[in-house]
Amino acid sequence: MGIRLEKAWMDLNAATIASLPAQLGVYQVADSQGTVLSVGYAGARHLFGIRSALEEELHLHGDRATKFRFEFTSNYRSRWDELLMLHLYDHGQLPSHQQAEQSRVGRLSPN
Amino acid sequence: MDFSLNEEQQLIVETTRRFVQSEILPLEDHLDPDAGSLEPADQDRLVAMTKSMGFYGLDIPEEYGGPGLDTTTRALMAIEMSQHRAGLYNPCYGVFGGAGLAQLYEATDAQKERWLYPTLRGEKKGCFALTEPSGGSDPARAIQTRGIKDGGEWVLSGSKLYISGADKADYALIFARTSDDPGRNGVTAFIVDTDTPGFYVRRVVHTLRATHYATELQFDEMRVPEENILGEVNGGFAIANDRLSRQRIPYAAGCIGPAIRAQEMSIDWAKNRETFGSPLAEKQAIQWMIVDNEIDIRHSRYCVLEAAQKADSGERFRTEAAMAKLVATEASSRVIDRCIQIHGGVGVTKDLPLERWYRELRIRRVGEGPSEVQRLIMARDILGGSFK
Repeated sequence: MGIRLEKAWMDLNAATIASLPAQLGVYQVADSQGTVLSVGYAGARHLFGIRSALEEELHLHGDRATKFRFEFTSNYRSRWDELLMLHLYDHGQLPSHQQAEQSRVGRLSPN
Repeated sequence: MDFSLNEEQQLIVETTRRFVQSEILPLEDHLDPDAGSLEPADQDRLVAMTKSMGFYGLDIPEEYGGPGLDTTTRALMAIEMSQHRAGLYNPCYGVFGGAGLAQLYEATDAQKERWLYPTLRGEKKGCFALTEPSGGSDPARAIQTRGIKDGGEWVLSGSKLYISGADKADYALIFARTSDDPGRNGVTAFIVDTDTPGFYVRRVVHTLRATHYATELQFDEMRVPEENILGEVNGGFAIANDRLSRQRIPYAAGCIGPAIRAQEMSIDWAKNRETFGSPLAEKQAIQWMIVDNEIDIRHSRYCVLEAAQKADSGERFRTEAAMAKLVATEASSRVIDRCIQIHGGVGVTKDLPLERWYRELRIRRVGEGPSEVQRLIMARDILGGSFK
């Protein structure tokens, strides 16, 4: 089983978000160049799951954020940590607005 | 046995209960239902509180600066500290501090300076790497990680599975086979810095415990100096085994807290929720579930306190610890299951902590030796050593 989030990218806009089921899960938000701006999760505190979480991302990044991909999982906390570790392994640092998480994120050396 | 609390124990229990109710529960109301940590500012504030209460570093031996609690008092605290959503695996979010790896108290002075004391000061973290893909219930025979001596160093190769905290640890206590003995006499414990070349955290292992993951480790011709051996060469299993026995009492005690809290919630719910024109509490089916819960909770508590008292009095407690672990994990699982049934639909939602306790308690029947291994330990003691 692959450990990276390898789902297809989707356009990030209000219409796409509204079409998603209100499930819990993890996601990445990126700009038009494919640079990941956020690695996030939709948890049980989000009223409408991934829909609410992505609406927050859209509000946070504005026009910079153009696409997203997601994965539904009830293990959103541990999967989120795993994706952060992978991002750190691949890029050496977390997305700029998530730098505060870096001190608590572990190290991973995937094959 | 007399299970009544002395004056000091009563005070400690009441203080811990107040702490959970006034400091932990209000914060938890605002956290994700699967959260495993507090906001850093809250964590720091509560750590300062437990330090001022004299309760920080509960499991640190008194000679190393710990509060010097006996096993019974520690078990009573564990029952109180686990009475919140994250309490089963993360009682009070760790604000009472940890003790590091218990095995390091048996280390040499140089090893203590390098790993134990920095851990007690909160500067380093360690992880315990025993279980392998080949098995965990019989580690002495399952260990396939090899340690081969090469000059003044040992070369370790192999893998470990279900290791908690390895991705954030500064060092690991690794058990490897260092002789041709296929059993417990061929295992050595090594203390290894996790930045040693050849140490890899290969993957995250997701479990029912959604807030926390385990990891899989790989050691690729990792060179470890001779002075990193903990204890004697081929004497590592006794070090591992000591932890496995002693851990069972607080491990069992921690399962009782969620069961107590779930029972309180269910009693409140049953008195207030009406169906068919009367409160649930008037239905015999519900009354029996509440009574069965109470029996399970008290049975668990007696077994835990009996094991703890035997440990405190210096008697053999292996059978009692195994029984406490078996009874508390299985009985608490039944309690949570009944409480979900009493609550109905809301019981399986993330609005209440019941679903998290239900998932996490399932792990407790496997972790630290599954129920079947506890029965095996008790059978050996009851029938005698010749019946293996």
